Amino acid sequence: MSNPYAPVPMRVEKSVTETEDGSIRTISLTFPDGTAPFGFVPGQFAELSILGVGEAPFGIASSPMSPDMLDFTIARVGTVTTELHYLEPGESVGLRGPLGNGYPVEGLSGRDLLVIGGGFGFSTLRAFTNYALHPGNRGNFGGITVVYGARNPGLLLYRDDLCDWAARDDMNLVVTVDRADEGWTGMTGTVPAAVEKVKGVKSVLGGRAALVCGPPAMIRYTLPVLADLGLAPADIFLSLEMKMKCGIGKCGRCGIGGSYACTDGPVYSLERLRGLPGEFR
Amino acid sequence: MTDTIHGRESLVRLLEGILAMPGVTVYAPVAEGDGAAFDRVLSASEALLDSSGAVRPPRQILAPMTETLLAMEPGGSAVDSVPAPEPTILFGARPCDARAIVFLDRVYAGGDRIDPYYAARREALTILSIGCREPRATCFCTSTRGGPLSVEGSDILLEPSGEGWIVRIITERGASLVGRAGLGSSDGRVTDPAAFPQAGAPRDLSALRGRLEQAFDDPRWEALTAKCLGCGACTFLCPSCHCFDIVDAEEDGRIVRSRIWDSCQFKTFTRQASGHDPRPTGADRYRHRLMHKFSYCLESYGMPGCVGCGRCVEACPVNLDIRLLLDAFGGER
Repeated sequence: MSNPYAPVPMRVEKSVTETEDGSIRTISLTFPDGTAPFGFVPGQFAELSILGVGEAPFGIASSPMSPDMLDFTIARVGTVTTELHYLEPGESVGLRGPLGNGYPVEGLSGRDLLVIGGGFGFSTLRAFTNYALHPGNRGNFGGITVVYGARNPGLLLYRDDLCDWAARDDMNLVVTVDRADEGWTGMTGTVPAAVEKVKGVKSVLGGRAALVCGPPAMIRYTLPVLADLGLAPADIFLSLEMKMKCGIGKCGRCGIGGSYACTDGPVYSLERLRGLPGEFR
Repeated sequence: MTDTIHGRESLVRLLEGILAMPGVTVYAPVAEGDGAAFDRVLSASEALLDSSGAVRPPRQILAPMTETLLAMEPGGSAVDSVPAPEPTILFGARPCDARAIVFLDRVYAGGDRIDPYYAARREALTILSIGCREPRATCFCTSTRGGPLSVEGSDILLEPSGEGWIVRIITERGASLVGRAGLGSSDGRVTDPAAFPQAGAPRDLSALRGRLEQAFDDPRWEALTAKCLGCGACTFLCPSCHCFDIVDAEEDGRIVRSRIWDSCQFKTFTRQASGHDPRPTGADRYRHRLMHKFSYCLESYGMPGCVGCGRCVEACPVNLDIRLLLDAFGGER
């Protein structure tokens, strides 16, 4: 019997500071020699650990189309995340995964997509966007609009991706910040307000769907905008932040009604979420 | 062939017979403080066979309060520590304790991912339960689909009959133990459960579940749970609570990753790294415990997450009685 608690020792290839304040880094990991990379779905997560320090869950921030190297974007908030920030290339970090369900990529086929992320919750949406933009997949989706916001310009993640996406003519990118600084020439305002401004997105193929991940306040104010845009609860997919521990539905920590976010989630349709206890709406 | 056990002395002899079997570990209720707990026994005299239920449930035999998952010697690589226990016999469980193990089986050994630590211990375990002659004031097993003679989870059930017990073999594993311990099989006589004192009028679980779900936003949760201290005694003494945390520590020169029991009644249980907590108040947490056991578990595991043993009722330092909350939110009896 394989042990679901035993991590695979991954090798740190690089570690990049994402934000001006240094609070968020992205580490890129490769599999040990002789271990085949696993397949995964954007939106899935993994438990990263340093033995002796601890273990914590992180969304996989890179596309499954490049499975050899996995990105994890880590905000430094506690003991484990601090140690993960200190990792240097060549060092080892434990990984258990992939865990959770991921975004429903099959069900999104043929649709116009609104990808809406706020702050640090953007990591798995970045994975999804790069997955959808991959030449082998781009034809499977209709229009793609990405709305991404951060509190200030210094907290914007994935600047290389944002530049690439802005230059593309097969998607729309809307980046907004709550508070501009001197050099900022882009949009200022909240994510829900920015979503209001993309009403021009036309339904091309099989209707629209929205993928949403961000802080609770962003989600609360974005959902009514999506309803105004005519999206039904079954067409809105939320990736929930939960305090997962075991990742395999045993430890009871991430229960939402009769479901566990670590196995049945972390991605839920709004329709499903509304059938669950009202703690996470 | 012996099919009944006459009197307490015969029960002691049965335990002695089991203890004499080579290579087995035996757990039975033993004195602990003012009450009893399941612990390893080496002789029959240690066992409290007259106790009407141990304060601490047998859960720790299968899911210890602290358990090493992985260990790393200095300079070495991590090795997992899945146990390889010798055959283990739980002697003198109550039918509710055995039903709680059925629930734990569904959590730890069900679904796509089997918990190998639990599964290894469970595979080695044989459960001999003793039916209950008298319900305690805190018992409500009949409201959770159980009863004083419930066989669910037991390999052998000793059904009280007169001054003795009828040996009822439930599983092959039970038959094997009875064979080795020198008891014959039952002749098929079964005690009439109706002849037994019941633990209060049963509640209708399906109706209860429906009403509880409707009462989710009931404003009375706060007032009715205001005295809860959040101490978690109810969850730590619960035979079917299964939540745990995973922590790393240094222990005897080794680095170990362990899991330790955790409680949904603790403030940090769902608090996220950002500081956001989807369940921020004591009332939220109490409601979660109740709803989990009487609504969510019915959906995820097909049985309630409560076996009605009443330990949480007895242990609560502020006398918050789960039965009163069930009746307040779950409607009429």
